[in-house]
Amino acid sequence: MAINWFKYSAPTTFYGLAGKLIPFFAWPAAILFAYGLYIGFFVAPTEATQSEAYRIIFLHVPASILSMFIYLIMAGYAALGLIFKTRLSSMMAQALAPTGALFAFISLWSGALWGKPMWGAWWVWDARLTSELILLFLYLGYIALQASIEDPRRADRASALLAIVGSVNVPIIYFSVKWWNTLHQGATIKMTGTSMHIAMQQAMFAVLIACWLYVIAVTLARVRSIILEREANTQWVNDLPEVKQANGGQQ
Amino acid sequence: MTARQKRLAFIVGGVMLVAAAVGLVLYALKNNVSLYFTPTQVYNKEAPQGRSFRIGGLVEVGSLQREKDGLTAHFNITDNDKTMAVVYKGILPDLFKEGKGVVAQGKLEADNVFHADEVLAKHDENYMPPEAVDALKKAEAAKAAKPEAPASGSSAEYPVAK
Repeated sequence: MAINWFKYSAPTTFYGLAGKLIPFFAWPAAILFAYGLYIGFFVAPTEATQSEAYRIIFLHVPASILSMFIYLIMAGYAALGLIFKTRLSSMMAQALAPTGALFAFISLWSGALWGKPMWGAWWVWDARLTSELILLFLYLGYIALQASIEDPRRADRASALLAIVGSVNVPIIYFSVKWWNTLHQGATIKMTGTSMHIAMQQAMFAVLIACWLYVIAVTLARVRSIILEREANTQWVNDLPEVKQANGGQQ
Repeated sequence: MTARQKRLAFIVGGVMLVAAAVGLVLYALKNNVSLYFTPTQVYNKEAPQGRSFRIGGLVEVGSLQREKDGLTAHFNITDNDKTMAVVYKGILPDLFKEGKGVVAQGKLEADNVFHADEVLAKHDENYMPPEAVDALKKAEAAKAAKPEAPASGSSAEYPVAK
């Protein structure tokens, strides 16, 4: 039996599928957040040099990883939309941007809160911090460009180019601590393993997976809104029970 | 080529061109992108002369001396090759410690001492409980006690960027 892979790439069918999938990601995300933060704040041991202040790592590192990954996924969807002209891909890219910007902001903010007591400065213009700030600006630029063009197809094309070109920045963020002298320390989790204590690892990875699940849930919810917005004039949207109910309530 | 393949080639080619351009720019600005110079670079006169710059490395063990006013500190920054004397008047960050990473901003004066007006602590990427650090130190002390053991840098030390 041949599976029609493109069936769910149509907004019409994906709308329903996304709605059914959301709880399967949202609930595990909430549970894992609680578990990870509990381990991070109550089980993981005190750190030798930074004592309790290091615990912000359980938020800072997952947020930073996600801010970079989401950008690549967003650029990937934008490229798919540009190459295959699939409407849903562009909508997914648009749906991912605000969450990516949120994580980039959390990463910078928690980093500043961590930097002041440990390094002695809220902010330094080192390569890691500066390139992450550029990432936040790329997200904001993408959102602004998408919003500034009325015609969604032209908006998709223009913002897709920005997203694709901006993806060059992501490897720069990752390797910045290797290529240049920075105040930011190097990678703790390496290909060769990690020196991190096991309870610290557990907390960090639990929050990381929780963040992933949160991203999926919130992106699906947002893409549903975008589908409704863009297809508002179509028959299938007006036939949806929730739309009928809302319209009926107004009349 | 179909229109689809053309668009794909356009995007892949475009990203590669942009990456190459950005790579060249960053390579040309190498010294400006780096936050600090190492003492070796300062000795080789790679650091700017007569104006403010940052120097980074480890605080040399046994070099920290405080003046009677309680604020002025003298210490050496080393990259395990060259060493640079630093003087700083102000409050040092909590993580400032002998043998640990540090980045200082200031000017190299005629007395060949780096007069810093900002000192930042640089911590490493290892996060362990105090017991693990104690265990590491004990293992190292046991290793050092054996004469045949090869001399090696302390693993708790910050690895200096080349």
